[in-house]
Amino acid sequence: MTGILLEARCIDKRFGGVQALKDVSLTIRSGEIYGLIGPNGAGKTTLFNVFTGLYPRDGGEVMFCGMPLRLESPHEVAAAGIARTFQNIRLFGNMTALENVMVGRHVRTRAGVFGAILRTRTERAEEAAIRRRADELLHYVGIADRADDLARHLSYGDQRRLEIARALATEPKLLALDEPAAGMNATETAALRRLIEGLRRDGLTVLLIEHDVKLVMGLCDRVAVLDYGEKIAEDVPESVRANPKVIEAYLGTSTT
Amino acid sequence: MDTLLQQIINGLTTGSVYAVVALGYTMVYGVIQLINFAHGEVVMIGAMVAFSIITSLAGSGMPPLAIVLAGVMAAIPACMALGYLLERAAYRPLRHAPRLAPLITAIGMSIILQHLALLAWGRNPLAFPQIIDNRVFGIGGAAISSVQIAIICLSLTMMAGLSWFVYRTRFGIAIRATAENVHVAGLMGVNADRVIAATFVIGAGLGAVAGVMYGSYYGIAHYTMGFSLGLKAFSAAVLGGIGNIAGAMLGGILLGLVEALGTGYVGEMTDLCHWPFASSFLAEQCADGGNFVLFGSNYQDVFAFLMLILVLVFRPSGLLGERVSERA
Amino acid sequence: MMNMGSREKLGLALIAIALIALPFVLAAAGTAWVRITNFAVLFVLLSLGLNIVVGFAGLLDLGYVAFYAVGAYVYALLASPHFGLHLPFWVILPIGAAVACLAGVILGAPTLRLRGDYLAIVTLGFGEIVRIFMNNLSAPINLTNGPKGINRIDSFQIGPINFAGSDTLAGLVFSGPIKYYYFLMLVLLIVIVINRRLQDSRIGRAWVAIREDEIAAKASGINTRNIKLLAFAMGASFGGIAGGMFAAMQTFVSPESFVLNESIMVLAMVVLGGMGNIWGVIAGAVLLSFVPELLRYTVEPAQMALFGKLLVDPEVLRMLVFGLALVLTMRFRPAGLWPETRHRRELSEGRV
Repeated sequence: MTGILLEARCIDKRFGGVQALKDVSLTIRSGEIYGLIGPNGAGKTTLFNVFTGLYPRDGGEVMFCGMPLRLESPHEVAAAGIARTFQNIRLFGNMTALENVMVGRHVRTRAGVFGAILRTRTERAEEAAIRRRADELLHYVGIADRADDLARHLSYGDQRRLEIARALATEPKLLALDEPAAGMNATETAALRRLIEGLRRDGLTVLLIEHDVKLVMGLCDRVAVLDYGEKIAEDVPESVRANPKVIEAYLGTSTT
Repeated sequence: MDTLLQQIINGLTTGSVYAVVALGYTMVYGVIQLINFAHGEVVMIGAMVAFSIITSLAGSGMPPLAIVLAGVMAAIPACMALGYLLERAAYRPLRHAPRLAPLITAIGMSIILQHLALLAWGRNPLAFPQIIDNRVFGIGGAAISSVQIAIICLSLTMMAGLSWFVYRTRFGIAIRATAENVHVAGLMGVNADRVIAATFVIGAGLGAVAGVMYGSYYGIAHYTMGFSLGLKAFSAAVLGGIGNIAGAMLGGILLGLVEALGTGYVGEMTDLCHWPFASSFLAEQCADGGNFVLFGSNYQDVFAFLMLILVLVFRPSGLLGERVSERA
Repeated sequence: MMNMGSREKLGLALIAIALIALPFVLAAAGTAWVRITNFAVLFVLLSLGLNIVVGFAGLLDLGYVAFYAVGAYVYALLASPHFGLHLPFWVILPIGAAVACLAGVILGAPTLRLRGDYLAIVTLGFGEIVRIFMNNLSAPINLTNGPKGINRIDSFQIGPINFAGSDTLAGLVFSGPIKYYYFLMLVLLIVIVINRRLQDSRIGRAWVAIREDEIAAKASGINTRNIKLLAFAMGASFGGIAGGMFAAMQTFVSPESFVLNESIMVLAMVVLGGMGNIWGVIAGAVLLSFVPELLRYTVEPAQMALFGKLLVDPEVLRMLVFGLALVLTMRFRPAGLWPETRHRRELSEGRV
């Protein structure tokens, strides 16, 4: 049986008077593609932000690789092995694509101020390694030809790929993608799907928020459904699709 | 050291002035999230204009109150025009620039205004002519002067007036709507440009009066007075909760009180002559009831700065501000 | 440096020769011009230091003069009759840098998480607090000698060469200011190299990432708090070194030299030159150092000739120039005259 990579237990999150997440528990297994769906405002991105340290949680805990995960700050989460992309793409617009990915290597590298100033041999070797790895990742996601273009000049699809490349540069165990297919046409979505399947093949675990139901059903090994901040289902896609509570959440109750 | 009541009276006086100036900062910040660095200089110019008018009318035989009124009536439109000019020429073009740009512009405008004032009025402070019969009333062992009474009453009146304007008139609603959400306010028919310009103008007008009050309390007006006064008033606005009108008023009064009481008590506490071991090697200074104060009134400005830093670090939303959570 | 064409190398060599010969050319017009140039170089150093904080990392520091003051006073205290200490400059300058660095960390630790405009105000307050303390720490222990300042500060001394007086070598007269000029140029060269290396390093990229999008930077694994602190500390260190040299050159320090206007002048140089662009910042600093001096030499006699008296004090004119530089740059060329290609797009295209 594949090991459990991330286990969330009873996560609560409040914003003022609004209970955004209530007692949410889910389990993500190593090597699977796990989808998180639900109507708008259900709390998917909020849960994401809790997992990645952007929001402090009000209750519950998260276990990652068998250890409790300190969700104090995003960079600690990244160091622990969870990398994410953003719903509305947050790239470093005025750095080149290559530089964006190089920034992703920050957490796994060490050169500090003195190394930089003195250009020690260790620092130079590390810089070369960073550049090489960034180049590899650009090839991997398929935008190597745009390496020296400013990130804000890339096409939408390329920007999404770049964001994924940057996240991969942090050597994550879990890659969390927030609506990666938003705004994409059918061709681009298919390419994205191939990319994500490739990631699974290469041993990565992927957590995915998506509205594109076809993509989720076809791609994910298991799916969790949130509604009004609560988890109402967690199962393989076929079962979830047929789950009456899920249907009700998306379509409302029938009036017969 | 003055009695507690005396310090409270003094603190209320300066605090009232800080409150009125703070209103200018807080209103502008409320609608466009900009720290109007140049506001302090606008207040200073109000004081300088008024002083000039008052000085020139001093020997004319007009009743003193009318002279002061004339000065204020000259200062208000001058400052309002200046406020409008600032908004229109300096800040409006940068409405959509990243936040650093308008702030840097504000700093630049502050420098420019300060030095234009220096050119216009010179390096020497302007003195408030001795035309007012400043009577002093005793109250509970402390003294309160008619100028202090006037300042406190006038400030309270202006604060009440502004509150009425913001909470009871249509334009006031427009201001609050714009502060809340510029886009939705626009959809409801609010002309954001007009509202924003109005906040500058109103703030400047109030500031003009505050400048005159401050100048008449200390007896002088000087081209550098805007900086310190502005920073303190801004601290007050932040203390109360930036963007919050009631907060600015509360913050101003509080800052005035803290400053007055603080310098008094800290001065007391750090008067080395009262310390057992120190008096031996400070025998000279401490003889005959002398003092040797470590942190006294010369550190007064530090109080405001320190308070500002502490508030921003520990409770940035201020006393009356809401806690704002960040949505990624 | 390795991949420069031969044309570029030639250009660089010419500039180097010009810079080496410059002080003697200026000395012909008067030693005062060498001094002015020296102060311009000091401002360049300050601008490069502030550029790390404002230009690279995007943190608006309005109290930068505090670090300059710290460096200057450390030098004054360790090399003057005030405490009777006369340590050599090459011991004191690093100490000054370290103390300034510490001050930067103390200021930055609680405040760097504040939003841009709040950070600006807080740093401004800090700058003022430092100045007020310098002005008042004269009793009971006379630390800073208050408003009177500390004078008779030692000049640099390298072996037998004292930087106070003139020496003649190979027929050329090396006056005090000329000696300081060469020292300053050497320091400037080192500082430029350090800045370039920082810019192209892991830390430099992290700074720009924070400037571009702090949330994305955090999500990418950057400990933004520490990296910002690093920018602050580095900038402060450079300020401290410049401060030490200032004290030695001027042989006198007082709180009056470290007022808010100085912070604003340095900010104007960075902003006008091109935030983040090392060469732009240098150009901005040179421009804003010399233009007011040139104005002083032209405007004063012009006013006397036209009006018979001095209407506009050159000092006032100088500050007006700085204020205008800030306002006009933000209005028309927000990324500066010589923008870092990245920053130009960030500021002029704007973000909604």
